[in-house]
Amino acid sequence: MSAVEIKNIVKKYSTKKTSVTAVDNISFTAERGELFGLIGPDGAGKSTIFRILTTLLLPDSGSAALLDYDIIKDWKEIRNIVGYMPGRFSLYKDLTVEENLEFFATVFNTTIKENYELIEEIYKQLEPFKNRRAGKLSGGMKQKLALCCALIHKPKILFLDEPTTGVDPVSRKEFWEILKRLKTRGISILVSTPYMDEAKLCDRIALIQKGKILEINPPKNIISKFERNLFAVHSPEMFKLLMDLRSYSKTETCFAFGENHHLVVNDSSISAVDVKKYLESAGHPKATVSNIEPTIEDCFMHLMSK
Amino acid sequence: MTNETVIKTEDLTKRFGDFTAVKKISFEVKRGEIFGFLGANGAGKTTAMKMLIGILKPTSGNAKIAGFDIYNQTEQIKKNIGYMSQKFSLYEDLTIMENVQLFAGIYGLSDDEIKQRSSELIHKLNLQNQADKLVESLPLGWKQKLAFSLAIIHNPRIVFLDEPTSGVDPITRRQFWNMIYEAASNGITVFVTTHYMDEAEYCNRITILVDGVIKALDSPAALKEKYNTSSIEDVFVLLARGAKRND
Amino acid sequence: MLVLFGMPVIQLIIFGFAITTEVRNAKIAVLDNSKDEITQLLINRIESTEYFQIERTINNSDQIESAFKSGKIKLAIVFQPNFQNELLHTNKAQIQILSDATDPNQATTLANYVSAVVMDYQNELMELNKIPLTIDTELRMLYNPQLKGAYTSVPGVMGLILLLVSAMMTSISVVREKEFGTMEILLVSPMKPWLVIISKAIPYFILSIVNVATILLLSTTLLDMPIHGSLFLLTLVTVLYILCALSLGLLISTITNSQLASMLISLVGLMLPVVMLSGYAFPIANMPDILQWIANLSPAKWYIIIIKNVMIKGVGPEGIWKETIVLAAMTAVFILISIKRFKIRL
Repeated sequence: MSAVEIKNIVKKYSTKKTSVTAVDNISFTAERGELFGLIGPDGAGKSTIFRILTTLLLPDSGSAALLDYDIIKDWKEIRNIVGYMPGRFSLYKDLTVEENLEFFATVFNTTIKENYELIEEIYKQLEPFKNRRAGKLSGGMKQKLALCCALIHKPKILFLDEPTTGVDPVSRKEFWEILKRLKTRGISILVSTPYMDEAKLCDRIALIQKGKILEINPPKNIISKFERNLFAVHSPEMFKLLMDLRSYSKTETCFAFGENHHLVVNDSSISAVDVKKYLESAGHPKATVSNIEPTIEDCFMHLMSK
Repeated sequence: MTNETVIKTEDLTKRFGDFTAVKKISFEVKRGEIFGFLGANGAGKTTAMKMLIGILKPTSGNAKIAGFDIYNQTEQIKKNIGYMSQKFSLYEDLTIMENVQLFAGIYGLSDDEIKQRSSELIHKLNLQNQADKLVESLPLGWKQKLAFSLAIIHNPRIVFLDEPTSGVDPITRRQFWNMIYEAASNGITVFVTTHYMDEAEYCNRITILVDGVIKALDSPAALKEKYNTSSIEDVFVLLARGAKRND
Repeated sequence: MLVLFGMPVIQLIIFGFAITTEVRNAKIAVLDNSKDEITQLLINRIESTEYFQIERTINNSDQIESAFKSGKIKLAIVFQPNFQNELLHTNKAQIQILSDATDPNQATTLANYVSAVVMDYQNELMELNKIPLTIDTELRMLYNPQLKGAYTSVPGVMGLILLLVSAMMTSISVVREKEFGTMEILLVSPMKPWLVIISKAIPYFILSIVNVATILLLSTTLLDMPIHGSLFLLTLVTVLYILCALSLGLLISTITNSQLASMLISLVGLMLPVVMLSGYAFPIANMPDILQWIANLSPAKWYIIIIKNVMIKGVGPEGIWKETIVLAAMTAVFILISIKRFKIRL
């Protein structure tokens, strides 16, 4: 029995003028106790998948089950076992932190006390603000409160739709630390994010683009499957460097990556020395070239441009 | 980048009641510079940005934007800047061409200029075949690219970008930054906020705002060296961990 | 767009042509205790105006009373026995005009029409016979002898306020959950979806009850408005009306997704018809058929009739059962459609 098992799910949205296939024949399985990530930009179909799995939307075709409960037939049972945190902040802005938590505890037929140990660690950080209205919290705090509310009934599977979007790096780090600890409590977690660097924090990830899955694997395997040579290139004139690298005959793709440019070459015999030679001839005497291991973002972009 | 200063702030402060959102920030930005403005949620970024684009009056301190005073020359400031935010950028229920013409009109271009620049812009973005499609049918990344082109259609001195690439796919994100580079090389100063720390590396200089105060202001390389870290993200976390404020 | 451009046009047409305070084709009863030439003549003249339509079936004072109570007639004319004899011999005769003053304006207008016809005839006779004749018209304003405006405005306000509070506020508060995204979380919870909805309606139910109590208290103390009928009955039908309004609000919330839309629908779709078509501001009887037909769809129309009957005329259950059944049926239909339309998903 898997935590989540979805098969050939298709979901289209049609308006008068256009029809968009938000989810295009997607299948995957997430095991129990796994931290499974859906990684992709806005519009990839992440939220739609979550809404289908949480019984909020009906798929056009395909089937899915959570812990063997069918998402269409057994929607009532599913609503008892999942915790869901939607992509946009969905708590009562004019209730205080404590009131929100109490309200959701009541909705889920439980009390704060009953499952306090599960949320204790997160709630402690919120405690100083417990009498503040939820609408006045900072982004990071809002997310933590929303997580508390989604956890209050001790769900078996937790769905977190872009919990870290728009949140600053410090709060994002903290949030992922919380998720790691929740995983040790045996809760299966499905999380979606547009930030590629968060992929490495998941057990397994599905890279999604335009409603289709590009790849499903543990992050390490995805990286090791990257079959090309990748170089990090740096020079004092970064913009000119990018242009020159793109006109290099051995270049497959070249993109800016923070302080370096990442260069993918189309010929496996090309070494860092070869690239450096080319750059010297192109007027970059101070360029540094090093062979590096790709990041998930490199893999995503490579799969995207395939 | 030239030596001409286009943004200059001195002890710029904004208080809401007894809460100081922005505390005495001072910095200068040169013409053609890409200036990154980073900070945790609630650090005061939005407040500072609102003051600089002339829609929020500071409590104290001075600032000159493109040579105009932010207290009493806000109209001139608005003529000389472009602004693009993640939340509002385009009218979804108008076509691409209609949006282009509308914004060109809003920025006060003459009819001839509107015609010429809008066809230039459509060509540059390679949208010729889609010019009469509704904006809502465009993917997010394209919307953001179009929005940026519109924010600079009137050749402003400075363009302010508020999280322009949030949620955009990695390839389009980089295409977007190419457009930023191009604008900067044409002499437009770019003032940008972002949550992607790798994008901070693309800026000429960055400031990190913590609790309304500038905690760091330098080039990415200099900051990494100073704090002895390998990435801007580590610098950011190091500085922002100590933040007291949470809203 | 359609609303913005269509509304002024529709309103102009409705106000200009369809809705007037003028009364036409009012149903009246005539009790002719004399049955002579002059009374026949007068009856014919009254009937030949466009204002009246005589109910021939009503032939005694008991029937008149019950016809008034059930709202079948708005006015009754009673000729004294030996009308012609008295007039020709004593130069004096009496006509009694009974008018249903639960709507004081309409009552006065109708009575004036009758008086005018009688007066004209009296003047004709005088010129013909060269003797002073007087036909005494004795006017009796039934149920509301002092012609207080409160008698129409209180039921009208009750019909309006309850519909607005219950229907508009309920729909807005449900739709707000959708707008803020909290509905998403509530749906993905063991809480039964209909329970979520019911719990949104309960506060407005209580608020409406408080509103009714306040209105009744104020109108009896400040406006000297009596409650002739049973307070229990009044409460019962009011609760039914509130339920009807709440279910209408739920229905609106199932078809809209934004607070603005549900507010517009409530205001345009509910408030305007209540004001214009419920008989509160303009008499229904003289609207074109199509508007009368539409007016029948407004729960407020039926409620206002019930309230007037119970409060002012002191009618018991026997006099309002038809209207009550209509309200109950409407409520049932609204609830059924809401349940049908209500989605357990987004």
